[in-house]
Amino acid sequence: MRRLIYLLPIAAFMALAGYFVVSLSRDPSVLPSAMINQPAPAFTLAGLQGQPGLARDEFRGQVVLINFFASWCVPCRAEHPLLMQLAAELKTPVYGIDYKDKPEDAARFLSELGNPYGLIGADRDGRVGIDFGVYGVPETYVIDKAGRIRLRHVGPLTPADVTRELAPLVKELQKS
Amino acid sequence: MKAILLAAMLGLAAASALAVEPGERLADPALEARARALSGELRCLVCQNQSIDDSNADLAHDLRVLIRERLSAGDSDAQVLQFMVHRYGDFILLRPPVKPETYLLWFGPFVVLALGALGAALYLRRSRRAPQQAPAPLSPDEQRRLQKLLVEDQG
Repeated sequence: MRRLIYLLPIAAFMALAGYFVVSLSRDPSVLPSAMINQPAPAFTLAGLQGQPGLARDEFRGQVVLINFFASWCVPCRAEHPLLMQLAAELKTPVYGIDYKDKPEDAARFLSELGNPYGLIGADRDGRVGIDFGVYGVPETYVIDKAGRIRLRHVGPLTPADVTRELAPLVKELQKS
Repeated sequence: MKAILLAAMLGLAAASALAVEPGERLADPALEARARALSGELRCLVCQNQSIDDSNADLAHDLRVLIRERLSAGDSDAQVLQFMVHRYGDFILLRPPVKPETYLLWFGPFVVLALGALGAALYLRRSRRAPQQAPAPLSPDEQRRLQKLLVEDQG
C-alpha cells in the first residue's frame, strides 16, 4: 500500500501530459467570447449606398444571424456560398454588418457573389465590431428572441459548423 | 564617421519606437501617459502576444484611439479596462486578474513549492532520526576475497 505513493509522480505527469495533449488540439486563435448570453450591444448603422440600414432594436423578438463581413476579407469569400444557402434554407433572417469597408467595394462584392443578407449595416469605423468583441472577420453571431447573443463563430463557417451547431441552435431558439 | 554613427543610432531609435502613431497622440501629456500605460496592459487580440501599444494591427490602432476617446471623455483607468473586458473578456488583460477562476494560476506554483518543501522536510527529519546503521561486518569468505583484490591491485 505504501508503495502506491511512488506512483503519484507518474500519475501527476500523466494528468499534465493529458492536459497538454488536449490543449495542443485546440486552436489558440479562437478566443472565448465574453458576450455569450449577454444582450447584443445596441447599434444603429446606415445602409450601403442609400439602402436601408440595420439597428438592433428592429429585430427584437426574432432569432437572427448576424454576419460580420468585408469585401477585403478572403475567408469571407470562402464562406459566402454557405451564407447564400443559409439565407435560403434557414427560416430566420441573415443580416450583414460590413466591417471597415468602402460601401462601393461591398456593393461590388455582393453583386459579384450574390447577396445573402436581408439587411446590411455599414460599420465603417469598426466601432460596432468592437462592441461585439470582433477581432477579425468573418464572425457570425446567433441572437435569440430576447436579443441575447447565443452563439459566436469566429472565422469562416463550414458546413460542419452549420449542421453540428448553428442550425440545431437556431431551430431550438425559434421554438422557444 | 560621426555623422554616420549618429544616423545609424537615430535609425535604431526609430525602429524601436512603439507602434503608436503621431496622429493618435493626445495633446494633454498626462492623459497621453495614462493612455500609453493602459495600452501596455491590453493584449492585441490579433497578434495575441503583443500589447496594443506595440502592435501595428488595425484593431490595435482602433483600440488605442478608443482608449484615448474614453479618457478624454473623463473615464477612469479602471473604467477603460472594464469597457475592454466587457467586450473581449479577461483575455484582453495581459496581467490576469486575481479571482477564484485564476487562483490556481496565481497560487499553484506556491502550493507546489510548499508541497515540495514539506516532502523534503519529512524526508530529512526521518533520515536524521533513523540511526545510521553500520554495515554488517564482512564474513571470513568476503575478507579473503577483499585481501585478494587488494593484492592484485598492488601487483
